Amino acid sequence: MGLRILSVIRQVLDAEESVKIKDGMVDLSSSKLVLDTMDEYGLEEALRMRDVLPETEVVALAVGPARCEEALRTALAIGADRAVLVETAEALDVITVGNVVAQVARTEQSDLIFCGGQEADWDSQALGAAIAEYLNWPQLTWTTALNLEGRTLTGTHDVEEGTESFSVELPAIVTTQQGLCEPRYPTLPNIMKAKKKELRRDSFESFGVRSKLKFIRSEIQVKERMRRILDGKDGSAAAQQLVEFLRNETRVIG
Amino acid sequence: MILIVAEHSNGKLSKSTYEMTQAARDLGRDGQVTLLVLGSGVATVATQAALLADQVLVADLPVLGSYDPEVWAQAVAQIAREGEAHTVLIGGSRSGREYSPRVAVKLDAPLIEAAISLKFSDGTTVAEHYTLLARVVERVEAQAPTVVVSIHPGAFPPAPARPEAAEQYDVDLELPAPRVVVTQRNTIKSKRVALQDADVVVAGGRGLGSAEAYAQLVEGLADQLGAAIGATRAVVDAGWRPYSEQVGQTGKTVQPKLYLALGISGAVQHLSGMNKSKLVVAINRDREAPIFKIADYGIVGDVKEIVPAVIEKLK
Repeated sequence: MGLRILSVIRQVLDAEESVKIKDGMVDLSSSKLVLDTMDEYGLEEALRMRDVLPETEVVALAVGPARCEEALRTALAIGADRAVLVETAEALDVITVGNVVAQVARTEQSDLIFCGGQEADWDSQALGAAIAEYLNWPQLTWTTALNLEGRTLTGTHDVEEGTESFSVELPAIVTTQQGLCEPRYPTLPNIMKAKKKELRRDSFESFGVRSKLKFIRSEIQVKERMRRILDGKDGSAAAQQLVEFLRNETRVIG
Repeated sequence: MILIVAEHSNGKLSKSTYEMTQAARDLGRDGQVTLLVLGSGVATVATQAALLADQVLVADLPVLGSYDPEVWAQAVAQIAREGEAHTVLIGGSRSGREYSPRVAVKLDAPLIEAAISLKFSDGTTVAEHYTLLARVVERVEAQAPTVVVSIHPGAFPPAPARPEAAEQYDVDLELPAPRVVVTQRNTIKSKRVALQDADVVVAGGRGLGSAEAYAQLVEGLADQLGAAIGATRAVVDAGWRPYSEQVGQTGKTVQPKLYLALGISGAVQHLSGMNKSKLVVAINRDREAPIFKIADYGIVGDVKEIVPAVIEKLK
């Protein structure tokens, strides 16, 4: 029997782009936005499970502004079967997004949910756990290897001071991290097919939630650095100057 | 009350617990500062906690011998409810960041993640935290009276201990059975100071060339400075160093007094984990490397030549 997998995605600022602030808020209107790499790993794992169990359906879900459709189209081009967009222009906190995702997962009767370990827009690590708690499911964070047999998911993940191997029965939430797998690229036939795949829009109002945080302002804080850069052709002299700097000038070491 | 979940390891309170205590003392909201100690065989930890808090709650149970996010969330939420906590402070460690969202959902409370400032004023909790790979500081206001907050490591000064010990109380907990079965643990025990507790971090990147050079140069310098060791993602992926040493978006966030970056070019993901360090020193062959843009002191040169000379001069 196939699985019903939900792949939660976010559209984030390309890491190479610089951040712009306008009227105290981050302004993404003229920046390059991409599907978060962290989410690509989750989508790839979902597609690999579908490769093994062809009856599996992979649904990509985004909660956010209308522009997230681009990221969902990318997910469809990579291979998701269909997409759901819960569209809202309102800035939402992670707990509220978790609530919405959990409600979609119930409607979709999902068995397994993937989401990014830390998304590059809000620097949050909380989404997976928030969804898991709303659904009363177990969670596996920062996974580095996954293997599914029947409804038993085994794998490894990173913990505070090392790694763990685990085993859990579905349903479960899995969060990803860099290096979990090598995500596939969209192929031209899949890009063509993606245009015809279903992208459903759910009304945000129907979820009956509102943000638990108010976002007051954002600012770029650049720490002033001395930026004293010297040439190290003479290694011994450079080392002497560095030790002098650390020991006597800044007294950061004894 | 202000409930703080104490972080500890090897029978000692972690630096993060002292930092959370300071955040609680500075919050500006009435309520007893209460430290909750969860674990097995944690009597000595509770004794240390008693010198920081107004009261200490202790759950010393075999089932708490190893961490599980669902068990921890249940324990903290139960105590927060029973004690009518209006503010729950949790460490910004990997595990704290992992179970704190569950606590927030259980309490139907807003979650503020990795706060770098925290104040209660005009009846609301206002905090700041980083976004966009730690390049932006965002100010947020909680829309409910009860809040769950994880505290960014290094953002608050450690609270000084008090001369008088507070009362300790044992608490009963109703805990769920863990659903995730851990089949194997590979814990890396290091003699060195913990990465997030260290005043000095020596970190290396691919520019070191090999695991052997890494061991010789990074460990050699760390030995001289009593420093913790950090690594870039590329180094961990290459298998030179364990994951637990990784600094950056998918690793740890550090804020030491001194960060020495050896052979690190400075990808934005790495910088997001260390760019708040007080003093950054970089040694790299490439003058154009992004790490020099955030360095206080940089040497453009060969790490293999310069670092041994530094080690020699420190001896």
